[in-house]
Amino acid sequence: MTVEFWIVQTFNGLSYGALLFLLASGLSLIFGVMRIVNLAHGSYFLLGGYIALSVIWRTSTFPLALLAGAVAIALVGIGMERLFLRRLAGQTLGQVLMTVGFALIFQDLALLIWGGDPYSLPLPSWLQGVVTAGALRFPKYRIFIMAVAVVIGALLWLALDRTRVGAMIRAAVDDAEMAQGVGIRVPTVSLGVFALGALLAALGGGIGGGFLGVYPGLDFEILPYAFVVIIVGGLGSLPGAMVGSLLVGLLDNFGKALFPELAYFTLFAPMALILALRPTGLFGRT
Amino acid sequence: MRTRAFTVLLLATFVAPLLAPPAPAAQGAPIKIGFLAPLTGPFAQIGKDMVNGTELFLDEIKREVAGRKVELIVEDTEGQPSTALNKSRKLVEQDKVHLLTGGLLANVGYALQPFIDGAQIPATYPVIAADDITQRKPAKWIVRTGWTTSQPMHPFADWVLKNTKYKKITTIGMDYAFGYETVGGFQRVFEEGGGQIVQKIWTPLNTNDFAPFLSQIKRDSDAVLALFVGRLALQFMKQYEEAGLHGKLPLLGGGTTTDESVLPQMGDEALGTLTALHYSQAIDSPANQKFARAFEARAGKIASYYSEATYTNMRWITEAIKAVGGKAEDRAALLAALRKVDIKDTARGPLSVDAHGNPVQTIYIRKVERVGGKLQNTVITSYPAVSQFWKYKAEDYLKQPLYAREYPPCKACQ
Repeated sequence: MTVEFWIVQTFNGLSYGALLFLLASGLSLIFGVMRIVNLAHGSYFLLGGYIALSVIWRTSTFPLALLAGAVAIALVGIGMERLFLRRLAGQTLGQVLMTVGFALIFQDLALLIWGGDPYSLPLPSWLQGVVTAGALRFPKYRIFIMAVAVVIGALLWLALDRTRVGAMIRAAVDDAEMAQGVGIRVPTVSLGVFALGALLAALGGGIGGGFLGVYPGLDFEILPYAFVVIIVGGLGSLPGAMVGSLLVGLLDNFGKALFPELAYFTLFAPMALILALRPTGLFGRT
Repeated sequence: MRTRAFTVLLLATFVAPLLAPPAPAAQGAPIKIGFLAPLTGPFAQIGKDMVNGTELFLDEIKREVAGRKVELIVEDTEGQPSTALNKSRKLVEQDKVHLLTGGLLANVGYALQPFIDGAQIPATYPVIAADDITQRKPAKWIVRTGWTTSQPMHPFADWVLKNTKYKKITTIGMDYAFGYETVGGFQRVFEEGGGQIVQKIWTPLNTNDFAPFLSQIKRDSDAVLALFVGRLALQFMKQYEEAGLHGKLPLLGGGTTTDESVLPQMGDEALGTLTALHYSQAIDSPANQKFARAFEARAGKIASYYSEATYTNMRWITEAIKAVGGKAEDRAALLAALRKVDIKDTARGPLSVDAHGNPVQTIYIRKVERVGGKLQNTVITSYPAVSQFWKYKAEDYLKQPLYAREYPPCKACQ
């Protein structure tokens, strides 16, 4: 194993982790505030990619496509939370079943609108090609994914840690009843967090579209990865989602590169181990 | 006033057809054909293409053969063997179809085999390519109108040996039977002819990121042989270029890697890829041009091997029905006729059947080129009348084990 091997694989793992962060951070925040296991989260990722694809076909503007996908899905998220999930507040099982139902509906809807052929999001020329450093080659698009994840991560952290709204969200995560008691409007906070989570997932889907592609079945393929991330990192914790996604990205990548036959084992064994030793995940609180 | 007009219109719409004299019908009851395809789930689009190919041919013959109407009953398998089995039962026992056809995935093919043989219902597989269905575990009642997975790979290896300087090849393919049989068929002929497979990489079916696999490819290989299907082919091509391998390590592939079901969504990264299959949308024959144009007009997308497979399959079936004089009720006779079909001018070229129920057909060596702004599988050359056993004797061939993950063994891999 050469030094190049480790550098390239680390880079690959980090870039995949960056994409997972966009997906998992929203899922984690939603769970933290609302205690909803949102199984339609993979659908947001998929639909975000499809909408970005449609926009890019018509406008050829990449940033606009990402934005359009993210905003459209945030609105879908608001609708889902306001009109459906809120009616089942406190009924965990009912909510989970409802999100499964939505996931299936979204799946068929996507098939109806976009057909079943796989697509790849066309990239603008400034994101194509590679950056070379000696014998090493780093695809520009993967650098872009990492940059986006770092910016989003920093913004989220600043917002949660340094702003009044962030404090309200943290209060709602810690103890929703108490937060309500001191005058925080928890339902509004929940709605905002749900929309934000949907937005992040859809953004991830748009960005992932240039890398994983957009195709039927992507929703349920990517969802388990998001769950591994938040289980490893700790439910409801932003630093947990960060560390978890990087860890999963690296483990998945090195597992496949070093022990391709054990690809699932190298991904899920650490998860099982962490669950056994720290049932709340690395950053989760009891 | 308006309501009355509406009522009249309504009556006219629904009652008039009942009063009209029946259309001049073909004699006797219709011949019923049961068609299975995944119409929901991840493979829905391919299922749709398969149905479109079938319907196109039926429309061309005005849904009539040997003086009888043909009725097509389509059922959704959801891509699941258990569903496919239930739907087959329904088609055979409830709808009383005279023939069963369709199917996409190998696991569906294997799941249906005992049922079909048990029910003694004539059946054809236009797409399912798992080698053993017409080799070591032949089904009595199934005739394959498509291909065996390794069938195009034997001549492909022969062509690579004779026309390129590639002597050391790395293979990368999907980690399941379709991948093993593709790579295995290539490896056997390639190594018997003096070439070497120096590395075999298998990727899990749910791979999203190919980077960890691509970085393992031995850079001193002469070329890479890839086998992917659908969205995996799309991503593989893209990431192969991202990894800086496009143009550096020439790419060879199984036919599905650049099949027209994904080719239009690919970009320049696919250019130059050499593959082999029993079809290409770019075959320059009148029969294929006619089919390809008609399919595009009907489906709004270019024909792929999946749609050609079911189009030609339906032609094959109607030839057999003609041969028995339309008596589709005589199952044994229909089966015998299906096993005797010989058509000179299908969209994919001349077709006949071997003693094991698999087509003997032309294999095309194809190269991805951009023609008129669009990517296509340009036919470079073709091998006529290729059997599933290539140049081996069937008895000898069948004594070899089925191509598998570890067979043929990789002697040149360290």
